[in-house]
Amino acid sequence: MDNILSILIFFPALAGLLGFVVDKHSAKVYGIAVASIELLLSLGLWAKFDTTNGGMQFVEKSDIIPQFGISYNVGVDGISLFIVIMAALITLLGIILLRDNTKNMKNMIVSLLFLEMTMVGVFLTLDAIMFYLFWELSLVPMLYIIGAWGGPDRVYAAVKFFLYTFAGSLIMLVGLLATAYLYHEATGDWSFSILDWYTLELTETQQFWLFLAFFAGFAIKVPMFPFHTWLPWAHGQAPTIGSVILAAVLLKMGTYGFVRFSLPILPDASVTFTPFIMMLSIIMVIYTAMVAFAQKDMKQVIAYSSVSHMGVIMLGVFAMNAEGLGGSVFLMLSHGIVSGALFMLVGVIYERRGTKLMSEFGGLAASMPVYATIFGVMLMAAVGLPLTIGFVGEFLVLLGFYNVSPLGTVLAGSTIIIGAVYMLVLYKRSFFGPLTNEKNKDLEDLDKRELTALIPLVLIVVWLGVYPKPVLEPIDNSVKLLLTQMEKKAISTETKEAIVISKKEAK
Amino acid sequence: MLEPVNISLEALNLSTLMPMLIAIGGGLIILLIDLVKENLDKSLYVMLTILILLVDLGATTGLTYGATQKGFFDILLMDGIAVLSQALVLVASILFIPLSLTSKRFHEYSYPEFFALFLFMIAGFQFMVSSDNLILIFIGLETASLSLYTLIALHNRSNSFEAAVKYFTMGALAAGFFTMGSAVLYGISGSLELSQIATAISERMNDSGVMVLILGGAGLLLAAFAFKLSLFPFHTWAPDVYEGASAPLAGFMSVVPKVAAFVVSMRIFEMFIELQVHWVQTMVIVLAVITMTVTNLMALVQEDVKRMLAYSSISHAGFVMVAIALATDKANVGVFLYYSLFMFTNLGAFTMLWVSRHKDRVHHARFDHPYDKFRGMIKIMPMGAVVMALFMLSLAGVPPFSVFWGKIYLMSATVDAGYIWLAVIMGLNSAVAAYYYLKLIVYMFLKEPSADINQKTVYYNVSRPLLTILGFAVIVTVASIWIVNPLIEYITTMIQATNFGI
Repeated sequence: MDNILSILIFFPALAGLLGFVVDKHSAKVYGIAVASIELLLSLGLWAKFDTTNGGMQFVEKSDIIPQFGISYNVGVDGISLFIVIMAALITLLGIILLRDNTKNMKNMIVSLLFLEMTMVGVFLTLDAIMFYLFWELSLVPMLYIIGAWGGPDRVYAAVKFFLYTFAGSLIMLVGLLATAYLYHEATGDWSFSILDWYTLELTETQQFWLFLAFFAGFAIKVPMFPFHTWLPWAHGQAPTIGSVILAAVLLKMGTYGFVRFSLPILPDASVTFTPFIMMLSIIMVIYTAMVAFAQKDMKQVIAYSSVSHMGVIMLGVFAMNAEGLGGSVFLMLSHGIVSGALFMLVGVIYERRGTKLMSEFGGLAASMPVYATIFGVMLMAAVGLPLTIGFVGEFLVLLGFYNVSPLGTVLAGSTIIIGAVYMLVLYKRSFFGPLTNEKNKDLEDLDKRELTALIPLVLIVVWLGVYPKPVLEPIDNSVKLLLTQMEKKAISTETKEAIVISKKEAK
Repeated sequence: MLEPVNISLEALNLSTLMPMLIAIGGGLIILLIDLVKENLDKSLYVMLTILILLVDLGATTGLTYGATQKGFFDILLMDGIAVLSQALVLVASILFIPLSLTSKRFHEYSYPEFFALFLFMIAGFQFMVSSDNLILIFIGLETASLSLYTLIALHNRSNSFEAAVKYFTMGALAAGFFTMGSAVLYGISGSLELSQIATAISERMNDSGVMVLILGGAGLLLAAFAFKLSLFPFHTWAPDVYEGASAPLAGFMSVVPKVAAFVVSMRIFEMFIELQVHWVQTMVIVLAVITMTVTNLMALVQEDVKRMLAYSSISHAGFVMVAIALATDKANVGVFLYYSLFMFTNLGAFTMLWVSRHKDRVHHARFDHPYDKFRGMIKIMPMGAVVMALFMLSLAGVPPFSVFWGKIYLMSATVDAGYIWLAVIMGLNSAVAAYYYLKLIVYMFLKEPSADINQKTVYYNVSRPLLTILGFAVIVTVASIWIVNPLIEYITTMIQATNFGI
């Protein structure tokens, strides 16, 4: 199966189209079946993936608009492989967790399958216009999911989400077109292939402006402070499945964009902008952590903590060394799994009680022991406790970032402490203490459906926390290759010095 | 005594006249049929018109074209863009005409004159685009416009009369500007042929006082075409006229007259820009930016979908106007690419309004198509809602739908010409525009339907021909990624076979 990547991208879309025909009572089973096949395919991709090769594999290329240099071009490397698997996994578990009495189940399943296509497409495509295409297209099903199944202010939140991202990405589009034009000037050919762009020499001024254009698109998606204001709205109003996918996968598109576009195409500007990004990220880490502490609503705590951790990922991306960058790619995975799980858990209690306010709970550990245990594990992973998945990435990022700025590392490291504070407060208020609220006494513990969705995530959290090597190694290979390319391409000596590929070389 | 003029038949190159003659002859045939036998069904006339347009299309695309391909006393110019724009006009007309086969009876289509006038209008547009002689351009423009005013008024309603009269008055004003502008250019060069005007201007550029005349002539012509293209501040008539005209005719007006006017603008203003008259370029950019921004903001506050679409069409025209200022080959390709893709989407969107059109205003005292009418359409008629949403997403420039490709091509041309800031403005305008397209999607998908609306009231005017056209528009909108490359290839060869003034 040399064209496995195309199958991965278009299978969910085709299944989504056929899904219109499926009877609404069978829609959920159909969705689970399709998402399982997609997950198995992505695991198959991992099995066939050459883990020692850091370059692009399973590359397919065919022209679509040769007159304009647009081609269908896909490929996978260590950076994108696991994000794709994570996207497939989260989609499957999210569908499993859907309540059987969800209204318009069929529309939900069809939207999710289309969303899955766009997510997988964004991470696999190697053509800038196709990337933009999947990127924009992902807004449409998400708009519908938030707008149709969300809370009371869902329409406002959905439209805000759409317009914010759309405006940013149009500026990014200008940047993409400008890069293509500069490539045309340099070589005489039109090409939107990222791999071609990696070889393009740009002056520092050009890089400066292109970086800003790309930044507009990616930073809004991450979302970097101060462009994060759409996210609390989206999370606050989105249904559980929407928040899960938004936090676990859609936000990763932004950080992935930085890794795939900004760093290798614009190495000098990336180094120039590092202090700026560092400042924004540290503000984002600390500020949103504090905001999270002040929330009364469980879901908002998780939402802000998720933004806070995205800041740590951004720090790792701009550490410009193998530990930091590799760690942040790993952190993208662990953040996806942990925050996805936490949103699922909040969804579970919301379904039972119809509220997410912490003041309504207390002593839940007594009535729902299994739920409390799983919540506890995920909470520990979010805080970054050793032997959980959260520790590995966070540790690597901070280790890598220490080379860049010890002070910044200390500040960012404080997020672990603040994170522990607000997370443990959340846990204490909701799960420990006396069971005062009558309504909480007879709550049922997790049922089979919820356990099926959550147990795999718990296993992954522990497995990759104890033994992350099978995932870290391919990531590391690709990250090193990317850094080598960056160093080769960099113009100024300062940039070359800032990029550290491996420890040995630094000495 | 006058000398007899001897001109050989070959020098006349009568075949260049064939396309227009076919349209005019077709119109006359329809009138003759009406003379012989009355009370024939409209379907006969519709099919006849389609056939005539198809023959016309065949004759047009079969022409030998070239930058210097002249005919009929050298006043017809069959260059690349002449053939290309005629083909575009004809395809749009073929898509438009079947929309008269509605299930409900509408007054205007019962007159064969409607179809005859329509064909005369097409002939007018064909003359307009295939000449570089200002007089013939003017004749073509007026023939087409006068027929169009009548077609609007035939939609027998008070606000249609209002629209027609408004359009007529504004059109008369524009005609005045056009003649004055031409007169000034004639005064400079002693000729009405654009190629000769260009030579004369380039020779006399540095004479004292000539620059003022050039600016005057260019300014007057710019005002005339700003009326026709509904550019700010000459756009005020457009929303009212679109609202008064029947929905398909409004869709038609947002494409065909615009394409014709863009072709003439290319011939005239790109000549000035190539002659280094920088003022014209600045003016065109300013007009384009203000037009797309202001009308975008106006579209945000509309309560009626048709008025929203009218403002959005104006904004799209402003977007395309940027290409005229750039005056590069790529920008010119962009104009045609944009309109050939926009055509299907926009005509489709207006057709959706037409499908749901009632004879009386049942939803709102003032508007035919208030947003409320589309409330919860996904529950009532899922297919219709999905189709309309596709058109809206396409108009908003969401990839991979058709308008997106035109958009990035034009933005890319802008970036290539070094106007990065302009490309950013174009991008941000698209983001603003997304709001009002999204508003309709929100109404259709995310709101509960109101009680008095059901499938029957929305699908009120539907018929098989309408659904066919809709299906066609949807296919092109969705699958445009596959047709963009051949389109760019074809348009590029046509543009290269064109002589822009110099």
